[in-house]
Amino acid sequence: MINLELAKKHEETFGQVMMLAEHMMRPYSRKYDKEEHTYPKEMEEVAKLIGGARSNPGGPREKAAPGTVVNGGNMGSVVGLFGLCWGDVGLFLGMPGSGLGNAAISAVGTPEQVAKYGSSYAAMCITEPGTGSDSANISTTAVADGDEWVLNGEKIYVTDGDRCDTLVVWATLDKSLGKAAIKSFIVEKGTPGCEVTRLEHKLGIRASDTAAISFNDCRIPKANILGSAEIATDAEGRKKAFGGVMQTFDNTRPPVAAMAIGVSRAALDMTRELLQQEGVELKFDKKPVNLNAVEAQLCQMEAEWHGARLLVLKAAWMADNRMPNSMEASMCKAKAGRVGNNITLRCVELCQSLGYSEKFLLEKFARDSKILDIFEGTQQIQQLIVARRVLEKSSSELK
Amino acid sequence: MTETANDLLFDLTLTDEQRMNRESMQRFAAAEIRSQAKAVDAGETAARDFFPKTAELGLTLLPIPEALGGAGVERSPTSNALIFEDLAHGDMALTLGAVSPMAFVNTLLDQGSEAQREKYLPLVCSGEFTAATTALLEPRAMFEPTEPATTATARDDTYTLNGTKCMVPLGMDAELVMVIARMENGDPAAFIVEGTPEGMTRTAEANMGLQGAQLATLVFENVSLPASALLGAGKFNLTRFLDLGRIGICALAVGTCQAVLDYVIPYCNERVAFGEPITNRQSVAFMIADIAIELEAMRLMTWRAAARAEQGLDFHEHAYLAKVFCAEHAMKIGTDGVQLLGGHGFCKEHPVELWYRSLRAIAALDGVASV
Repeated sequence: MINLELAKKHEETFGQVMMLAEHMMRPYSRKYDKEEHTYPKEMEEVAKLIGGARSNPGGPREKAAPGTVVNGGNMGSVVGLFGLCWGDVGLFLGMPGSGLGNAAISAVGTPEQVAKYGSSYAAMCITEPGTGSDSANISTTAVADGDEWVLNGEKIYVTDGDRCDTLVVWATLDKSLGKAAIKSFIVEKGTPGCEVTRLEHKLGIRASDTAAISFNDCRIPKANILGSAEIATDAEGRKKAFGGVMQTFDNTRPPVAAMAIGVSRAALDMTRELLQQEGVELKFDKKPVNLNAVEAQLCQMEAEWHGARLLVLKAAWMADNRMPNSMEASMCKAKAGRVGNNITLRCVELCQSLGYSEKFLLEKFARDSKILDIFEGTQQIQQLIVARRVLEKSSSELK
Repeated sequence: MTETANDLLFDLTLTDEQRMNRESMQRFAAAEIRSQAKAVDAGETAARDFFPKTAELGLTLLPIPEALGGAGVERSPTSNALIFEDLAHGDMALTLGAVSPMAFVNTLLDQGSEAQREKYLPLVCSGEFTAATTALLEPRAMFEPTEPATTATARDDTYTLNGTKCMVPLGMDAELVMVIARMENGDPAAFIVEGTPEGMTRTAEANMGLQGAQLATLVFENVSLPASALLGAGKFNLTRFLDLGRIGICALAVGTCQAVLDYVIPYCNERVAFGEPITNRQSVAFMIADIAIELEAMRLMTWRAAARAEQGLDFHEHAYLAKVFCAEHAMKIGTDGVQLLGGHGFCKEHPVELWYRSLRAIAALDGVASV
């Protein structure tokens, strides 16, 4: 039966998370925006309290009888993120356990791997200096040598790469074999040959470290490959192999979209509060065309925000109910990414000097939100994925 | 067991009944509505010849109690929104006309008195199409739905109605018109006008689009109405009426935008330029992707407001924002639909220019298509 309200348990989760966000995150928002690269130790307490509300939607799935609807881990994850990222998206990303590597481990890991690394703080290493959105083009290599894999290459833009415990590293077994030879590997931090070489100075989410990591003859156990070590040779198998790696994104895109929903809500709430002090209040009574310019913009932003939020919930709901959601995951990421950017930037404008001032957090929300339209697939990559689906085009037809 | 809203899970699954109903609505929209849309728009076929066919859908019968001759199915704003969406996939203008009696019935059921239901409902569930409608809009820029200039003055046992209503669906033929006016004390009120009483004139309108809805301007000059014409004994919840209409209008937008998407996909996939389909290029493909994305958000916002209304939750803000969202994106989707077909889109050979003209009305419409 059609119902787009949150289940009671998720409504409660949201309420609890909002309390944490307000009292345990917001007070540190500016501090760690200023002290880039400093570990926000206060967030350990928050991480402990939220337990399951991570950007990792995996974890035990609820068993459901056929034909029954589930509101499970994926829904819980995005709802938690709405609240936590209303608090502070940078602090959330800098929090132990928020690493996207966990999503990959829980999605494709063996029971042994999940048992060993599932609860570690795992970051994801995909991007390289020469490879961004075209992740099939990576050059980091993994070569089998006895009981070990030997990794060589350089990874950049590793979110939480410095403070995490574990890395999930994309590497190719043989670059000449293309996509099918790309595998992911679990590397424990501190393994000889694995070294953080640089931390980026960024526009936003400064509480989260973004590392460059090099692998020089870095040796890891043979068992640390995620998925099969075989390289498919037929076309179908090749497609499937890389598809499996890419599937992780179906799980991680709705959470990133949820972050954009959280941070843009924060900007809207603050803006409405500041404008209320000037007598501007949204009453939803007049016909929209009869509103004044400020009211009309607020109204438009509210509408866009709600639309984006529902797309996120739909993608999460589909994942919970085991429906293939790769198009919907991209739809919500595209919509929430751009809506998040538009709202936060417009809020800076509407509040004028207060929006631009560091006295308030509006300028920070705008800077923080920018990355959400970039990582886990840029706006344009999401559009590309949706377009291929809708138009039934292959990646060679629609490049 | 009756579930309260709090016990429900987030769910986008249709009920079996809704699924079956959708199938028949979609069939009707394809076979009976789409086939007529162009000729009606061009004035070659009179829309009024089309409406009797819609009687087979039983739109007005559904929510009417069995005792009054209806099917006695509980009125469901969600199911109604789905019906509007599916029919509008055929044509928005004809659908707006076809569902006007249903919108009238919905408002009567929602806010009418027992006596009014007993009197008027049997008239619209005879099994034949009976034109009935609602009249809210007034012809001026900056018109505010909550402040109609049409007045109702009480004298003895009668009300005197003065004012002008426009964009009234089925306005020329409606045997029953629900007119929204303002009482002397400023309170909004609705009146049921039967036939064409003295002082009431009807004029067919020519508009940018929506020819199929048979929009008309109704002028009321000292029209005298009996006390029993006042809907629900005077306590008219105008906001609720507007909100239920907003949901219906959004559903019309969703169905029409889906028609645009379904049309541009095969067209652009087949259209070759520079030696390959134009959809092999991102500038074209991304426009289509964005239509799909925004359309899905339009649909979810509409469904959410409808479901909240159905559950008895407050739905004012949700209906209001759904309409803001749908009005904006419907216009964009309409204009992109034309753009994607280029010069061909500008010509009447293809239906996209018709949809463009229909979709521009979403922002203007209010007080019609109540779910």
